[in-house]
Amino acid sequence: MPKKKNLNKIIVIGSGPIIIGQAAEFDYAGSQACRSLKEEGLEVVLVNSNPATIMTDANIADRVYIEPLTVDFLTAIIEKERPDGLLATLGGQAGLNLAVQLAESGALEKYNVELLGTSIEAIKKAEDREMFKETMERIGEPIPESVIVEDIHGAIDFANQIGYPLIVRPAYTLGGTGGGIANNEEELIEITLRGLKYSMIGQVLIERSIAGWKEIEYEVMRDGNDNCITICSMENFDPVGVHTGDSIVVAPTQTLNDHEYQLLRSASLKIIRALEIEGGCNIQFALDPKSDNYYVIEVNPRVSRSSALASKATGYPIAKVSVKIAIGYTLDEIVNAVTKTTKACFEPSVDYIVVKFPRWPFDKFVYADTTLGTQMKATGEVMSLDRTFEGAILKAVRSLEIGVNRLHMDKMDDWDNAKIKKRLSRVDDERLFLIAEALRRGIATPEEIAEITKIDRWFIDKIKNIADMEVRLQKGELNAKALREAKLLGLSDKSVSELTGTAIKEIRDMRKQFKILPVYKMVDTCAAEFEAATPYYYSTYHGEVDEVEVSNKKKIIVLGSGPIRIGQGVEFDYCSVHSVWALREAGIEAIIINNNPETVSTDFDISDKLYFEPLTTEDVLNIVDKERPDGVIVQFGGQTAINLAASLAEAGVKIFGTSVDDIDRAEDRERFDEMLTELNIPRPKGISVTNLDDAITGAENIGYPVMVRPSYVLGGRAMEIVYNEEELRDYMSRAVKVTPDHPVLVDRYMQGTEVEVDAISDGVDVVIPGIMEHVERAGVHSGDSIAVYPPQTLPSKVIYTITDYTKRMALALKVKGLLNIQYVVADGKVYVIEVNPRSSRTVPFLSKVTNIKMVNVATRAALGKTLKEMGYYSGMVEPKPYVAVKAPVFSFAKMQDVDISLGPEMKSTGEVMGIDYHYARALYKAITGAGMNIPKNGCILFTVADKDKEEMKQLAKAFSELGFKIVATEGTAKALHSIGIDAEIVGKVHQRSTDIIQMIKLGKIHMVVNTQAPGKHIAKDGFRIRRATVELGVPCLTSLDTAWEVMRVLTFMRDRRLVYSLAIQDYVGGGDALA
Amino acid sequence: MKGKLILEDGTTFRGQLFGGSNATTEGEVVFNTGMTGYQEILTDPSYCRQIVTLTYPLIGNYGTAKQFNQSRKSFVGGLVVGEICEKPSSSSMEKTLPEFLTAEKIPCLYDVDTRALTRKIRSAGTMKGVIVSEYTSQSTINEMMALPIRKNVVEQVTTPVSYTLDAREGAPYIVTMDFGIKKNILNALRKLGCKVTVVPAKTPAEAILALKPDGIFLSNGPGDPKDVPDIIREVKKLIGKRPMFGICLGHQILALAMGANTYKLKFGHRGSNQPVKNLETGKVAITAQNHGYAIDAKSLQGLPVKITHVSLNDGTIEGFRHTSLPISSVQYHPEAAPGPNDSVRLFDEFLAAMRNS
Repeated sequence: MPKKKNLNKIIVIGSGPIIIGQAAEFDYAGSQACRSLKEEGLEVVLVNSNPATIMTDANIADRVYIEPLTVDFLTAIIEKERPDGLLATLGGQAGLNLAVQLAESGALEKYNVELLGTSIEAIKKAEDREMFKETMERIGEPIPESVIVEDIHGAIDFANQIGYPLIVRPAYTLGGTGGGIANNEEELIEITLRGLKYSMIGQVLIERSIAGWKEIEYEVMRDGNDNCITICSMENFDPVGVHTGDSIVVAPTQTLNDHEYQLLRSASLKIIRALEIEGGCNIQFALDPKSDNYYVIEVNPRVSRSSALASKATGYPIAKVSVKIAIGYTLDEIVNAVTKTTKACFEPSVDYIVVKFPRWPFDKFVYADTTLGTQMKATGEVMSLDRTFEGAILKAVRSLEIGVNRLHMDKMDDWDNAKIKKRLSRVDDERLFLIAEALRRGIATPEEIAEITKIDRWFIDKIKNIADMEVRLQKGELNAKALREAKLLGLSDKSVSELTGTAIKEIRDMRKQFKILPVYKMVDTCAAEFEAATPYYYSTYHGEVDEVEVSNKKKIIVLGSGPIRIGQGVEFDYCSVHSVWALREAGIEAIIINNNPETVSTDFDISDKLYFEPLTTEDVLNIVDKERPDGVIVQFGGQTAINLAASLAEAGVKIFGTSVDDIDRAEDRERFDEMLTELNIPRPKGISVTNLDDAITGAENIGYPVMVRPSYVLGGRAMEIVYNEEELRDYMSRAVKVTPDHPVLVDRYMQGTEVEVDAISDGVDVVIPGIMEHVERAGVHSGDSIAVYPPQTLPSKVIYTITDYTKRMALALKVKGLLNIQYVVADGKVYVIEVNPRSSRTVPFLSKVTNIKMVNVATRAALGKTLKEMGYYSGMVEPKPYVAVKAPVFSFAKMQDVDISLGPEMKSTGEVMGIDYHYARALYKAITGAGMNIPKNGCILFTVADKDKEEMKQLAKAFSELGFKIVATEGTAKALHSIGIDAEIVGKVHQRSTDIIQMIKLGKIHMVVNTQAPGKHIAKDGFRIRRATVELGVPCLTSLDTAWEVMRVLTFMRDRRLVYSLAIQDYVGGGDALA
Repeated sequence: MKGKLILEDGTTFRGQLFGGSNATTEGEVVFNTGMTGYQEILTDPSYCRQIVTLTYPLIGNYGTAKQFNQSRKSFVGGLVVGEICEKPSSSSMEKTLPEFLTAEKIPCLYDVDTRALTRKIRSAGTMKGVIVSEYTSQSTINEMMALPIRKNVVEQVTTPVSYTLDAREGAPYIVTMDFGIKKNILNALRKLGCKVTVVPAKTPAEAILALKPDGIFLSNGPGDPKDVPDIIREVKKLIGKRPMFGICLGHQILALAMGANTYKLKFGHRGSNQPVKNLETGKVAITAQNHGYAIDAKSLQGLPVKITHVSLNDGTIEGFRHTSLPISSVQYHPEAAPGPNDSVRLFDEFLAAMRNS
């Protein structure tokens, strides 16, 4: 029983949608927290707006509220549930900020809710710069000279005293939002202004830059009895200056001697004690590479991204233990979950090296600034383990799925030596590859590179080992000795093939012939000192003894989805985990392969066995050779897993579920068209071309506007709508490079309603749990659209047609498991846009709102169970009486230079859900949850493209009637005047007196409705306006459809009381419908 | 050159032999789980004649520097590691680890699956092993294997003559019995401002008391405490005469001198992450440890001894104090080097005990 006797019911706050700086790690932490509390017999109430998570499953907590994470909603839920304690330290910065706000609003006191774990005082001591500084000074821990400013003058004064460069960090934000390094006054002013805006308390810290020092982190834990331990030390490959979330990180530290290691460890314990943190905490240091001098850079008084990494890196369940501490246990009372015999009060010792590599979204945001600094830009990360750094870094690189399999980028082949050398000083996402290139060419020594980059020479020498081997392979003959050495260095068969020209298959055979095979080692927290039963493994070629015990049971491998990126987020991890659970339920041994340390799927107690490995054909086949599974399931790991299906099948591996050939029939344009023709199902007219001339002729035949994209796509990658030939030429010059082996597709762009369907088939029956209608018309990527379940405007005839098409396509494709279809409905006619023969982004959302365990059913169907046996029948499942709205969430604030206007390229990083019995209320919740600060009154700026002017008139009129003041650019204003709306004319950008940007900056505009004129180049002003809204936190609607819905919500809000919260259990259980 | 480590039970681990075919050795094989501090381990006299394997696979990354040596030379029998770093990187570095091994004549087998070796020792218990080259004949191996584990290790590591580390006039005066003392213990005592005289292990009690110390310190050291009955006899004579504090072997010798018993652990405690619970405060500290023997708790029954510290991992005794006299000792290493500094205040307590008596 819990140590604190007064606790019976606990409310846990999740971290909300996935954004840059706050990703799946909090689903991992939060679900571990909930399970850990339930284990103690406590009743758990969970609040999180993100439906794509495991933690919002109805079985994770007793009461799950998928509601906006705002003080209003939380207060209402607390009032209703009357919990005894609140746990917020596992919900990231979002959870922590909310806890602070709830305490300050008096809600916690009013309802007598105890804040568990770290106290508000302690949170403030760590987060408030002034209090933190005071505390560090009191205990004699050095921090860089700094000043806290609330305006720009203070910043400039400080700069005049200290000099440049200076680091600017806003207080109370996530992922370093709004921060940066200033090298001169102009930059200082810009970054400071931005930082002040993003800080929740309007404070910015300006400090001396210690860029170039070693960045070292410790994960530390403390319990209520003042016992302190460090879980893991981490060393950033990139020196201070790059946000740790954007750094390559190794664990444990590699270049610190025991004296330095203990120096910082002792400092960590001193700090966590001084801050009186109860639970987990992350401390970052800068260590002078030339002396013992160090500075404390930052403390996160909560479970963080680094904690998730440290947990996976060591096997120590930080979140779980933090929770036990929060409810009163001390570290020496908590059992070590890995050994089951020792206690949680020890420091893990690892006998391998861990590499974490960030996954950046620059493949999506082609125009974004790719340099790295104090503002985090990565959306996700991969982790790898091996007995050498070389092996681990190469595993990490091939886990990234960025089209590289070693430290080599094709494009750099074309760069001359001068360019390579010059770019070494550039800190960006490609630096590691550039260093390798420089070493391969021998144009810089490791010492020189270390000097330029400030990366420790130890790392550079390791990269040189790899580079040298590559050169040897390129020059020499591939014999057993060379191959063995290449494998010891961690090069993949594919890399060896690239370098030697020998076919991959031949290399694989050669490896088997000469017994050059990996062994698998266990992650056990204790470097083998104690017996452990953790079924958590990694491969290495540096070992004699394999530790895996292969069972004789029926077993299946589930492939995970790799790093979180735009287009493939936490929802696929949700699906992988549910598939694993379904297999275990069926008595089948479930083995998962994945490489993402942030996820639930890589928690070692989810599956029967976890292999933390890259998701490539070779790495998977090695495990297949070892485990001899009955087969592999690929349909839940997103495109990552699907992409492996063909090569695995070719190697003789059974793929459970839809066959590889049928997957290809859905993905291959021509074969898909053939099938649709046979089925007599229409799709927007389109062609497939491989050169520019064909594209131009084709587009003319189809008629502009056309939608163009490469044939194999993920998340709408490189997809655009083009309105004329010039734009088409421009696109073709850029896009064909994306996938040289695949043709470009040119389709008629249909401006209709987009509809998305997820269905499950067993090859005989097809059950459709639900249909989602998109608010934004076709053309906006489905992942960026607001989706509504059940559809609100579709006539029953259309729904009937969709049901019919879905069924017929599923059967034609012989789908066994899940499929996802996107339709567009134009003029009452239904067209198919795309079929994905796998689980989709919307599966967790739909599973939750329909109460159908879609992945479970699909997994069983893939294994051969019939839907009828499971109690399902063909057709559409009766829609529920409530409405659920899924809204996208963007991370534009982190990505400068990215246009926020929506189009066929997906840009959102996460999603939230709003659910209610009334559509408008559900929409309100979704929009609120998404963080859109919709004003209740004030001034709205309209500036829309000519094509939208007619439609905009009615919209502006409606807003005007709601009492909003309307301002508009000249053309738009004229259109408004014509229907009698008194719209004030504002000057375009640069027209000084009433410059729009100035007005936004001055806070005179509270919302912007802006649609992009057709064409990519004339939109510079629009881009600046849109970016200004992001920088200043003003909502900007770039689709009239979204604007209409916002208007509807505002109208509704005006008339009725809005905050009602029900748990998901209430909705699906059908109770309390009158709330 | 290819080499191998062969254990008593015949298990063989392959690797590369550093230092050529003459770099063969024999000894008890033990593992240490610390991820840093290889130089401190290699120069800790407590590892005298043992073959040490380090569980962390990348060793030598920051080279070596004199300031981290824990004794005048290395006494280890041999080193077994995964990767050995030839190009270390650290501003404090003076020699690379390979250079250090050559200078200290430490036989080393690298490129070894040290995790497999550790698992073997963990399950089968500490055993003897030999490091040999691929050319070493079976008869030589048999001979090496047949050599008994040496019992005179304290003799090998203790200071041959006594010496004194001076301090200011009137400073507390400690006589240290050197069973293989680590330099950092002396550093810790000096940091407290103490004058310290280090005497050879076999110094008679009378000679120690003749120095009129304020306190007597019993150091760490190698081997089985029962192998040094002469020393135990002298320590027995010291009990009750002066405040005493012991560490590791000193702790075991003290227990034996008080009439308790010791026994050999299956595979010992060696690492920088060992949790120890202080039974008096209820708090846990992470400690550095290096011991293959422990005090038998049952043997303490009826003795004027109170157990003060236990291992959180296996419950073995990690510290005790005399119920009436200012005598205490710990099994672990509060002086760290390598390892955490969490327990460094134990030296302050010793100082306080001297002041109070």
